[in-house]
Amino acid sequence: MRRIQRCVRWVHKKVTEEDITAFRNIVGEKGVIVDDVTKYSMDWLGKYSGECPAVVRPATVEEVSEVMKYCNEQEIPVVPQAGNTGLVGGSVPTGGEIVLSVERMTNIISTDPLSRVVEVEAGVILQSLEDHLLDHNLTVPLDLAAKGSCCIGGNVATNAGGIRFLRYGSLHQSVLGMRVVMPNGDIVDMRNKLPKDNTGYDMKQLFIGSEGTLGVITDVVLQVPTTSSSCNVAFLGCQTFEGILETMKLARKHLGEIVSALEFADEECVRMSLHHTQNPHPLGEEKAPYYLLVETLGSNEEHDMEKLENFLNIAMEEHVTTGTIAQDGSQAKLLWAVRENITVSFKDFGDKNVKYDVSLPTSDFYQCVTDTQARLDTKLGEGKANVVGFGHIGDGNLHLNIISKHPGCAEHLEPWLYEWLTIRGGSVSAEHGIGVMKRDALKYSKAPAAIELMKSIKSMVDPKNILNPYKVL
Amino acid sequence: MLRRTLASNMRAVVGVKHTVDYNIKVKVKDGKVAKDVKHSMNPFCEIATEAAMKLKEAGVVTEIVAVTIGNAKAAESLTKAMAMGADRSVHVVGEQAEIDGLETLQVAKVFAKLHEELQGDIYFMGKQAIDDDQCHVPQMVSALLNIPQGTFAAGLKVADDKSSIEVTREVDDGSQTLSMKLPAVVSCDLRLNTPRFATLPNIMKAKKKPIDKKKLSEMGIDLTPRVEVVECAQPVERQGGGKVADVDELINKLKNEAKVL
Repeated sequence: MRRIQRCVRWVHKKVTEEDITAFRNIVGEKGVIVDDVTKYSMDWLGKYSGECPAVVRPATVEEVSEVMKYCNEQEIPVVPQAGNTGLVGGSVPTGGEIVLSVERMTNIISTDPLSRVVEVEAGVILQSLEDHLLDHNLTVPLDLAAKGSCCIGGNVATNAGGIRFLRYGSLHQSVLGMRVVMPNGDIVDMRNKLPKDNTGYDMKQLFIGSEGTLGVITDVVLQVPTTSSSCNVAFLGCQTFEGILETMKLARKHLGEIVSALEFADEECVRMSLHHTQNPHPLGEEKAPYYLLVETLGSNEEHDMEKLENFLNIAMEEHVTTGTIAQDGSQAKLLWAVRENITVSFKDFGDKNVKYDVSLPTSDFYQCVTDTQARLDTKLGEGKANVVGFGHIGDGNLHLNIISKHPGCAEHLEPWLYEWLTIRGGSVSAEHGIGVMKRDALKYSKAPAAIELMKSIKSMVDPKNILNPYKVL
Repeated sequence: MLRRTLASNMRAVVGVKHTVDYNIKVKVKDGKVAKDVKHSMNPFCEIATEAAMKLKEAGVVTEIVAVTIGNAKAAESLTKAMAMGADRSVHVVGEQAEIDGLETLQVAKVFAKLHEELQGDIYFMGKQAIDDDQCHVPQMVSALLNIPQGTFAAGLKVADDKSSIEVTREVDDGSQTLSMKLPAVVSCDLRLNTPRFATLPNIMKAKKKPIDKKKLSEMGIDLTPRVEVVECAQPVERQGGGKVADVDELINKLKNEAKVL
């Protein structure tokens, strides 16, 4: 078995005109793009990009299979790509790989409202799937800020999390089946539609979160929940972070099963988000340093409102100093917009920003922000970088962001931050994945034996290392 | 030292309607609009409530009364108005059948009747309700009470002596500013303000504010319908467009398919 050396660049074949012609023969003229490929070769952050000789866009699983077969024979490296909204550079070439885009595979194959199962092609945009499911009183079990551009195939390949993780769990749970094209072109059809199927190894789990390094997902079968008729969103402010933690405890206790999202943001994040959207602050002048967004989804308006008011009465006696409840659908959207526009607003305030997506014990959540700020104040000087935090506090997932116009923030934080997390049993990447950005950090969150096992599997399914090489491992 | 004259009490009455929530996709079932969906305050009525609140915060208005005519659940919109700052409400309650058949002239007559008791100085209303889009009630109230109307208000100023107001209205070719004596009716348009989020303490306080309930059938208004709904149907789904290769194909399609040439 050949060992894959991480530091040695795998020698792949350079793409030639013959190869491009071969691709055109498989996917048709329209299916191949060679000019103006920036949309595919650069990531959403504008941070990662590589030379891309061709973008190949198959329309069927058979075409995907033919493309992979050809690339495997010719040893051409391939980067599978869906919505290209990833944040760790996993969906773009590092230099010389072709992009295999599933953007033409946008069919919703079938919807079964009784068993609540939907079968879709990998290129279906998340928002489109949501719109379709709404007509059947169903909803997608995940929701993230990129939903207007990301595709379900990519979500599954990266095991995307999002704001509904708290309520609906991970994709490992919601994906019932899939169809995958292996690096050598073999089509593996595992499109099971049943919630219970204990027949052999559950191979689809390997591909969920594999970030396009083990196979190209072409179809996904999802178990989807029913929509809830009653939705409430509350936006609460506390003076201390401990207040937020206590309020979360109260929410879990008094709202119980109707809680669907618990999101955190500090005032800085809210300020930047509102600056970007130009919307007024939901709390007017009654601001607070720490905010908690609580969403409930249930089947009975009156019951839910009663629970919510009971919770709020108690919470206001304890740590909540200011807050509001959305009075209708539009206000609910506005409150969510505050949270959803945080990431996109950072570009307005700094051009050398660094972002980290970490998992850590909830009690250490804000300490991470404070310690990181202290470190950068020492290393760079005060005022040179603004460290802010927001994220899925209900899942212990912090999005730590450094807003700065000064280069070099990352150097002062790596590996310091990873070590800080490891001591506390945290994860270097809660939901964004490894991609190309966190390859060197993988060892902080996975034991050597686990990493070796990953490499064995990788080299077994992709001996020529043509599928998304240089990513993850 | 001259004693300052006490500011006379100025009462704002805000008419609010409990309609299908703005975010719901309306569906037609059996020739009727499906009404068992989420309802909330008509967005233009939110703007009307905010307009009254701004005047209260400026010390111009001393009391805000929210009014709705609707079924029992319509009280939710009154609670919302009070959470935003209205001091008390009047709920003219009707049976579902009465409310379903209610016409705009009848609604206007209810307001005219309530004026005897409420004596509002300014009547704030949304410019139209998003369920029927009639845009009738503010204008009809103005006619019934024989008081001025400033409709589609995008700007509002109250005179220092509180005897008149200036309403800037959006019209087709720009904006127009009218001055009118009080009492008057103001119907509020999108650009007048952005409604506030009700703060938690106010949301809790709103539960305790008084709602005066009256029966629609006892208001002395003739509820016989004058309008008959003949048909109610979902609009035809938009067909996708198509591309043509050249002018000849375009002319061919216009002639033979669309049949407009």
